[in-house]
Amino acid sequence: MLSGMSDQPAPAALRAHDLTVALGGRPVVRRVDLDVRPGEFVTVLGGNGSGKSTLVRAATGLVPHLSGGAWLFGVPVAAFRDWHRLGYVPQRPSAASGVPATVREVVAAGRLSRRRLLRPLARGDRAAVDHALSAVDLADRAGDSVAELSGGQQQRALIARALATEPDLLVLDEPTAGVDLAHQRLLAEVLAAHSARGVAIVLVAHELGPLARLVDRVVVMRDGRVIFDGTPDAEAAAFSHSHDHHPVDPHVTGGARADVLGPGWQVGGAR
Amino acid sequence: MSLLAYDFMQRALVAAVLTGLAAPAIGTYLVQKRLALLGDGIGHIALTGVALGLLTGRAPLLTAVLVAVAGATLIELLRLRGRASGDVALALFFYGGIAAGVLLTGLAGGSAATLTSYLFGALTTVSNADLVLVAVLAGLVLAVSLGLAPQLFAVCQDEEHARVAGLRVGAYSVLISVLAAVTVTLAMRTVGLLLVSALMVVPVAAAQQLTRAFRATLALAMSLGVVAAVSGVWASFYADTAPGPTIVLLALAGFVLASPAGGWLRRSRRVHTPFEEDDAPTGVVGAAGGVAGAGIAVGAHDRAEHHPHRHGEGCGHLAVEHGDHVDYVHDGHRHVPHDDHYDEH
Repeated sequence: MLSGMSDQPAPAALRAHDLTVALGGRPVVRRVDLDVRPGEFVTVLGGNGSGKSTLVRAATGLVPHLSGGAWLFGVPVAAFRDWHRLGYVPQRPSAASGVPATVREVVAAGRLSRRRLLRPLARGDRAAVDHALSAVDLADRAGDSVAELSGGQQQRALIARALATEPDLLVLDEPTAGVDLAHQRLLAEVLAAHSARGVAIVLVAHELGPLARLVDRVVVMRDGRVIFDGTPDAEAAAFSHSHDHHPVDPHVTGGARADVLGPGWQVGGAR
Repeated sequence: MSLLAYDFMQRALVAAVLTGLAAPAIGTYLVQKRLALLGDGIGHIALTGVALGLLTGRAPLLTAVLVAVAGATLIELLRLRGRASGDVALALFFYGGIAAGVLLTGLAGGSAATLTSYLFGALTTVSNADLVLVAVLAGLVLAVSLGLAPQLFAVCQDEEHARVAGLRVGAYSVLISVLAAVTVTLAMRTVGLLLVSALMVVPVAAAQQLTRAFRATLALAMSLGVVAAVSGVWASFYADTAPGPTIVLLALAGFVLASPAGGWLRRSRRVHTPFEEDDAPTGVVGAAGGVAGAGIAVGAHDRAEHHPHRHGEGCGHLAVEHGDHVDYVHDGHRHVPHDDHYDEH
């Protein structure tokens, strides 16, 4: 992992500067700065309504921002065209739609940003789809309708779709919701491999589970602001013996997710 | 007397085949977007176009295309801008279209009866000029809905992902609406404006009883559309019924047959694979250990212990400080690590 590297000449894979986003006239993200370097694995944590999802959606151009700026690989997001460098797993209850589609068809949509109009899937596209399907352990379900899969399996299909893009930046919005522990481990392994290859990863979550060990940096959001940004180790050193000064209010984030912040964190949630 | 001996029946058959192909092709995307009734709404808007044609003395087919395309674009823009939900936007145009249609027809000196041939189709009165226009429009609809199938599929499946894949979601959505409008107007002469939506939706609904893949659904829906259209023309000729309603009822019969067949198909598939692949007993999972297990292959967790779950960072159990150590709340009692097992606290 590439934590600790700084002053890289390469532009940040994802950058937000002084970013403010309003939804329905209400500011949801307030003047947030975030830089994610190539190869870096960043987790954005926070409770419901903390703005973590909106932050990555604005940074990838899915929702417009009110002020400040967002860049992908050094290009302002409004002018960004190299979409094949971005893999995105949206927060979505289901991968299904009104018409049946196989898991393979859904995952193959991840290749669209690399395909030209009116060209069939090339051999390389098929290989990437196959690879992504086996990475999330769905190769044997490739021909099944996504609607027939369980919620966790559908979530894995959406992750495979992002992996099939073969991106340089992976943005995952709560990808482990409903995914069982064994497959969270599998996902951790897949993300670790991508991270080691230099893929930048932004993971929005409210709990980390088996992914905790992979994270280079933790960003904690509350009320639309970043209230912590640092390495898990730095956090551990700073906070492991002073639980009362914990930046995350267990009543806000839900006390049951005690160790969302990675190694060294123990929240006295049951006091 | 064979039906093909009549010129007008030959034209009717060609028009029916074209409609039967094009309507389910674009209809598949509408069903995928859960906008199955869009065709119906556009049909009512097209009525205004027909009336405009009658009023101005131009070909009603042409004015209907233009008005329907404009209306469909506006519906989609209203929806994309979030000013109205899809169904409300549809309803606004639905009622506006039929009211303006009847009003303008009255101004043109016609009556509701004038509109009947457009509402329910007048397949046997299709002229050569009509046929050319229908063929051009159907060709356009088929070329786009098959040629851009991967893009349209992605936009209808998941707008957010399509946006991040670099697709211009707004443009594709409007394109789908415009294609639907074109299809509605080309079907105006075959099944009529009131029934065109049926030909866009019913074959798709029938097809998806039997299919698991999008491409298979699209292909089967188009096949069913053609079969319903051709057999409908055939049956209406010999049974002396109105062709439009005959086509639609045959398509519905296809759904009635496909639905139990699909149920039987799914049951027989289930017999072959009675259990889901990942129904492994969850107790085994996690034995390799919480933190240390992160990043370890799933296959490496076979080492079952007395307490199969290893508590640790992010194990999903509430961690509680308890003096000099940490307890984990587990099914209502507390576990504390002790050597290689857990004590109850």
